[in-house]
Amino acid sequence: MRAAASFALALGIVSTCLVAIIAACVAIFSVATGGEDLWLLLILLGLVVVVLPVLPLRWAVRRYVAEPLQLADEAALMLTVHRASRLSPRGRPWDGLVAVVNALADQRDALERDVDAQIRAAKAKLEEEKNRLAALMSELAQSVVVCNLDGRILLYNSRARQEFKPLASDNVSSGALLGLGRSVFSLFERNRIVHALEELQRQVHSEASQPRANFVTATHSGRLIRVHMAPVMSADAQGRQSISGYVLLLDNITRSVENETRRDLVLQQLTEGSRAALANIRAAVETLQNYRDMDQVARERFLAVIAEEVSGLGGRINQTLDQHADSLKSRWPLEEMAGSDLIAAAQRRIEARLSLATRVDELDAQLWLHVDSYSLIQALSYLATRLRESFDIRLLRFRLLPGGRLAHLDLIWTGAAVSSEALASWESEAMNLYGEDTPLSLHDVIDRHGGEIWFQRERATQQAYFRLLLPTVAPIDGPAESAARTPLAHGSRPEYYDFDLFKRASQTHAQDERLLSELSYTAFDTETTGLEPSAGDEIIQIGAVRLINGRLLRHESFEQLIDPGRPLGKESVAIHGIVAEMLVGAPSIARVLPRFHQFCEDTVLVAHNAAFDLRFLAMKEEASGIRFSQPVLDTLLLSAVVHPHHESHRLEAIAERLGVDLLGRHTALGDAIVTGEVFLKMIPLLNAMGIFTLKQALAAAEQTYYARLRY
Amino acid sequence: MSKSVLIVDDEPNIVISLEFLLRRAGYEVAVAGDGDAALKMAQQQRPDLLLLDVMLPVKNGFVVCQEIRAHPELSAVKILMLTAKGRDTEMQKGMALGADAYMTKPFATKDLVAKVRELLGE
Repeated sequence: MRAAASFALALGIVSTCLVAIIAACVAIFSVATGGEDLWLLLILLGLVVVVLPVLPLRWAVRRYVAEPLQLADEAALMLTVHRASRLSPRGRPWDGLVAVVNALADQRDALERDVDAQIRAAKAKLEEEKNRLAALMSELAQSVVVCNLDGRILLYNSRARQEFKPLASDNVSSGALLGLGRSVFSLFERNRIVHALEELQRQVHSEASQPRANFVTATHSGRLIRVHMAPVMSADAQGRQSISGYVLLLDNITRSVENETRRDLVLQQLTEGSRAALANIRAAVETLQNYRDMDQVARERFLAVIAEEVSGLGGRINQTLDQHADSLKSRWPLEEMAGSDLIAAAQRRIEARLSLATRVDELDAQLWLHVDSYSLIQALSYLATRLRESFDIRLLRFRLLPGGRLAHLDLIWTGAAVSSEALASWESEAMNLYGEDTPLSLHDVIDRHGGEIWFQRERATQQAYFRLLLPTVAPIDGPAESAARTPLAHGSRPEYYDFDLFKRASQTHAQDERLLSELSYTAFDTETTGLEPSAGDEIIQIGAVRLINGRLLRHESFEQLIDPGRPLGKESVAIHGIVAEMLVGAPSIARVLPRFHQFCEDTVLVAHNAAFDLRFLAMKEEASGIRFSQPVLDTLLLSAVVHPHHESHRLEAIAERLGVDLLGRHTALGDAIVTGEVFLKMIPLLNAMGIFTLKQALAAAEQTYYARLRY
Repeated sequence: MSKSVLIVDDEPNIVISLEFLLRRAGYEVAVAGDGDAALKMAQQQRPDLLLLDVMLPVKNGFVVCQEIRAHPELSAVKILMLTAKGRDTEMQKGMALGADAYMTKPFATKDLVAKVRELLGE
């Protein structure tokens, strides 16, 4: 309104000048004439002159000064807070301008909508592709790990997670060493990887068509892993390709190497071990043959030698066979497959190709087989074909049950029996399927599996069946667990990958200056025998879970009961529900702390009322030599930062305020998870208060701490 | 009356010992060199026990075992299977097809005689 004010001022000055001139004229005139009436007339005239222009002037001011100013205000709103508003018509001469401005705003909105829609679509597509990739990865039977150049893990599949799961025989939890954002060098020797990476760089530099590096390495737990390494390429702004990370395909060859070693041992035992015994026998037999005149006593001695050596040889062979039955089996490469998947695939094939109805009578869903699924399904289809040709059966039923170390796969039908001659010829001839000969016979396929097949009949039920014996997967090398195989729930993000970690390749910032939203955390909680570590109270349980890029990784957790070496207090049992029997056989704190320390490596610790837990950990520092020196954020203090006006900052109260579920509380892991989720919800609240970096969060927490002390 | 055993094996070197041992143990002994001969002799002579090798020419031991079990009049015959392979799949198959017992070569002669006695309920 400053323009309006100056306009009014100018108007005032002009009016005043006008009045002054008129007054001056009148003064001169009156001095000249001296008439009284004229004075009055002149004053009236002066008033008319002053008042008359005011009305049109007021109109002009509103039209040419106030209205553009209002238009400017309205336009400013359109530009900022009320983008959907439009300028209202003002009549001439402004309407032209109003129309143009409104049209521009419409154009802007349309463009923005368009861009938004495109971004949303692109994002959705990207997310979908990422999820599809992760889903594919999790289905792979081979272990896959993807890392950036720093060796931070960006992705792993469930097979890899199992491969690196702590050994079951070891009752100390080591948590998962394989974790998003963790260093791959905790799994493999650094130099091996670096060396292979250099090899990849060299191949990329010399423009090899498929840069690859292979090596065999031992993990820290002694497993032998064959590693295939391939680069992840990305282009920089100038379009130059360079390596930004690598994919590791892992094969656990411990078992096959062990098998080979065992085979060598068998060979050695059977050749070198038998040589001496055979020499003794040969010498004795030849002596007996050549010196038939020897006396009875001497003859008995030689015969005793032969008997002893022969029984020794027999015993050795039996023992070898017993011990090495597995490694002497067929060397055909077999894959692991869920029995149910195999049956389902065979059913599909038989129903589609032979138009023969099938059914599953009985199935052990836990059963995993070692099979060459392609040839085995061919064999099952072939048997079905022969059965239909020979007996015109209408329904073929399946049964799959465990039988010791083997699995029984039965093909069942009702009616005619198969003679042993018929089965023998079916077994030996090349399988003819859908009018085509295959190179294999049924016997070959069974042999590949180190299995057997025979025909059996249950007279009572008139049921006939073929029984196939097939090798099962020993539970140790564990098939992918069923949870990992379930398809991804809609909208849920699998926790095995985080490609955003690619962007963190160079962590040049000091940790203090890094954003809260991009740090890695370990949320943890302890259960103890009591409240006073200095009075001898001890930790009896530690639970922890990792937080990466704003996500809580339930798969990457740590949970361990600990023998406190002292009785449990009654009051504490009421809180955590851990009783003495549960701690029988649990490791001591001295054994658990190193593992927990490793689990927390490179992360910021998060705990509720962290001071309490840290006091217990600090008490062990001297004895164990293990220091938890990383920064610690306390959700209790942070709660006081974001909600200074609330009175309760107990974990339950905060969780309720922030809408976090309280399932599984008062176990260390349950509380660690709640603490982690609460913390993740606090980050945006802290950001809204201008607290973005770790340093700022630590300072704010410290401040409330002192503030709270003053109460 | 002494009980009878039919030895079914195509390796003369083992048949010599088996025949000698079982005669000494007091059994009547007959020998068949292949699967077909074994089935014929079993039907004609109705032995009390078959000492049956798995690896046989013409018809293997599994087939012989299954066919014997298919004859109701031979149901009382005991079958002791012998094999040089000793794999558990083979063992399971033999037992499933009706063998009464299974022994792996090489065996101790006195264990074999003891097993035969046991099967014949002596």
